[in-house]
Amino acid sequence: MLQIKNLNKSYGSNKALTDIDLHVPKGVIFGLLGPNGAGKTTLIRIINQIIEGDTGEILIDKEVLNPTHISKIGYLPEERGLYKKMKVWDQLMYFARLKGLSHSEAKSKINFWLEKLEISSWKEKKIEDLSKGMAQKVQFISTIIHEPPLLILDEPFSGFDPVNAELIKNEILELKEKGTTVILSTHRMESVELLCDQVAMINRSKKILDGTIREVKKSFRPEVYKISLRELKQLLPREWIAKEDDGNYNFTLPLSGKTPNEFLSELMQYGEVSQFQEVVPSMEEIFIHQVKATQHG
Amino acid sequence: MDKIWLVIQREYLARVKKKSFLLATLITPLIFPAIMGIFVWISLEDEGGDALRIIEVVDENKMFFLESSEQYAFSFSDTDKEEAKKMVQEGDRYGFLYIPEFKLEDPQGIVFYGEENPSMSLISYLENNLRKKIEEQRLFESGIDPKIINEVRTNVGIRSITLDEKGGETVNDATVNYALGFLTGILIYIFIFVYGNQIMQGVIEEKSSRIVEILVSSLKPFQLMLGKIVGIGAVGLTQFLIWVVLIGTLTTFVMGYLGMQMPQQTAMEMANPELANSIPQTSNVAEIMQVISGINFLGLVLSFLFYFLGGYLLYGAMFAAIGSAVEAPSEAQQFMFPVTIPLIAAYMGLFVFVLNDPNSSASFWLSIIPLTSPIAMMGRVSYGVPWSDLVLSMSLLIAGFLFTTWMAGKIYRIGILMHGTKPSYKTLWKWIRMNN
Repeated sequence: MLQIKNLNKSYGSNKALTDIDLHVPKGVIFGLLGPNGAGKTTLIRIINQIIEGDTGEILIDKEVLNPTHISKIGYLPEERGLYKKMKVWDQLMYFARLKGLSHSEAKSKINFWLEKLEISSWKEKKIEDLSKGMAQKVQFISTIIHEPPLLILDEPFSGFDPVNAELIKNEILELKEKGTTVILSTHRMESVELLCDQVAMINRSKKILDGTIREVKKSFRPEVYKISLRELKQLLPREWIAKEDDGNYNFTLPLSGKTPNEFLSELMQYGEVSQFQEVVPSMEEIFIHQVKATQHG
Repeated sequence: MDKIWLVIQREYLARVKKKSFLLATLITPLIFPAIMGIFVWISLEDEGGDALRIIEVVDENKMFFLESSEQYAFSFSDTDKEEAKKMVQEGDRYGFLYIPEFKLEDPQGIVFYGEENPSMSLISYLENNLRKKIEEQRLFESGIDPKIINEVRTNVGIRSITLDEKGGETVNDATVNYALGFLTGILIYIFIFVYGNQIMQGVIEEKSSRIVEILVSSLKPFQLMLGKIVGIGAVGLTQFLIWVVLIGTLTTFVMGYLGMQMPQQTAMEMANPELANSIPQTSNVAEIMQVISGINFLGLVLSFLFYFLGGYLLYGAMFAAIGSAVEAPSEAQQFMFPVTIPLIAAYMGLFVFVLNDPNSSASFWLSIIPLTSPIAMMGRVSYGVPWSDLVLSMSLLIAGFLFTTWMAGKIYRIGILMHGTKPSYKTLWKWIRMNN
């Protein structure tokens, strides 16, 4: 769907993007991760043709990015708003027309979405008279009204109340089922693990990792095990720092070169093993670890 | 192109549909006649409504006779100063005029005593009357018959006529040209300020409410800016046209009403200017009508429309650029200088140079430089201006607004996406030079 090759962008002497390579396959939810100021917004703005990259190439469906792609992309910026004095209907019509829909196409699609999100009765209201949650629904409709094959959502859940966030999440999953490719930029890792199929992480203008969630987690397996022992037969070594809880001694230990089986049999000599589980890092832990690593490096 | 059109439509409809637009459009043309009407009404009340004021004259020369007016009556009852004072204190008289004995060559010591501060008009009425009486008396004493004095009094009025190369004659009157230049110049000045500010407010609204990022993912910032400027300009033009129609209709009615009340002679003269020429004492109204008929109205209207729009586009782009650089209207102040200074210079120049002497070199430059020409040139156009000057000024104005629009576009496309930093002139300059 989207291919980015060797993209560079700098503002004066500040590098915003350095040699970014990305491949977003069709029909996936692609998480674009990175701390604030990493260059995510710049990358998204370049894909949206709001600004231009300095060097590099961007292909959408194997075509070099050009103005005809505007109607193929739906964009929900992190900082977003609507005309306060405009009526819901007029507003949606304006955005739909700007995306290249004809008047009659826009009309039927606006009606469809207003009904789907159950806000048909609000179409003659001005945005300033709506509650925040209602306005957020309108905002979301304005993003997807032209049914773009590529949807770029920058922090889509920030500012949404939990009910609407859930609703938006379900809509995103539904769109994915229909074949929409979604790029989700966020630093809320729990939504990444829930939604994303693939991720790429950017820090300080560089891509520092990418792949499917499974691949990423696998490569960051620190080979640490969480262990619980009961009915100790002998004293545990001091450096294991075990905590006792109702007869259970809990601690975590790295494999340190042993195979899990070797390690397990070693443990069995100390007592009864009630828990022996590999610690899989959460995306959040990987994220923090990686950001710190690139900052120190 | 389609997208610019969508923006124009939105900007136009969003404003025209507002109640405040309807209100301003309908009320403004009524405000000026209403204010004038109120003043006329008050002054009429003042003159006719009050009771006649009686003023006692204590004249120790026993020589002056003052004619009573509608408002003041003069009483000569040989009272002395003390008695007159008492009359005023008791409220029998509005005031009294004390004229001590003096030599006619040196009239000193005339005093008006009143229970309240007398109006300027009363004092000057008294002064004029006394001066006239003293002058007449002195002329009489030097042996000239008062009858002759009355006969030699003359009224002088100069009519001015311009000759063109083909020998055609146009009656003109500097006052009428002045008024037209003044009116059109001021209109353009107000139009630029009011609608320029609307552009700025609109840009700030889109920027601060963060709509702009969604918009620029659908169209180019330059298209957005242009659409906004044109849309708001169309609002102004609509408003202006409605005013013209309203004022035109109102004037026709008022003129029709006045026409019925006009003395026969004036009406005849207006109907037939030839007749007016043959009658030596032309009345003022007829003269002005003749002057107005001599003005090239088509040229005036066309150049007004041109400078109206040209000036608006030139400054509109600058207002848009300022709006894009700041986040709140209050921050815009620091960038307003390059806009307000030339506008005010043009406005002052219109009064100080152009209207007084449309052909001076200061007037020439003011009407050529694009920043001041939209306002200053109107002052010259009403008097008549050489074609070469007009063409030069117009082409420079076109070049000027293309330039400011181009420059504003460069500031705008970066400014609208910038948040949290307070730009200075230096950063604006950096944006202009930045490629993307």
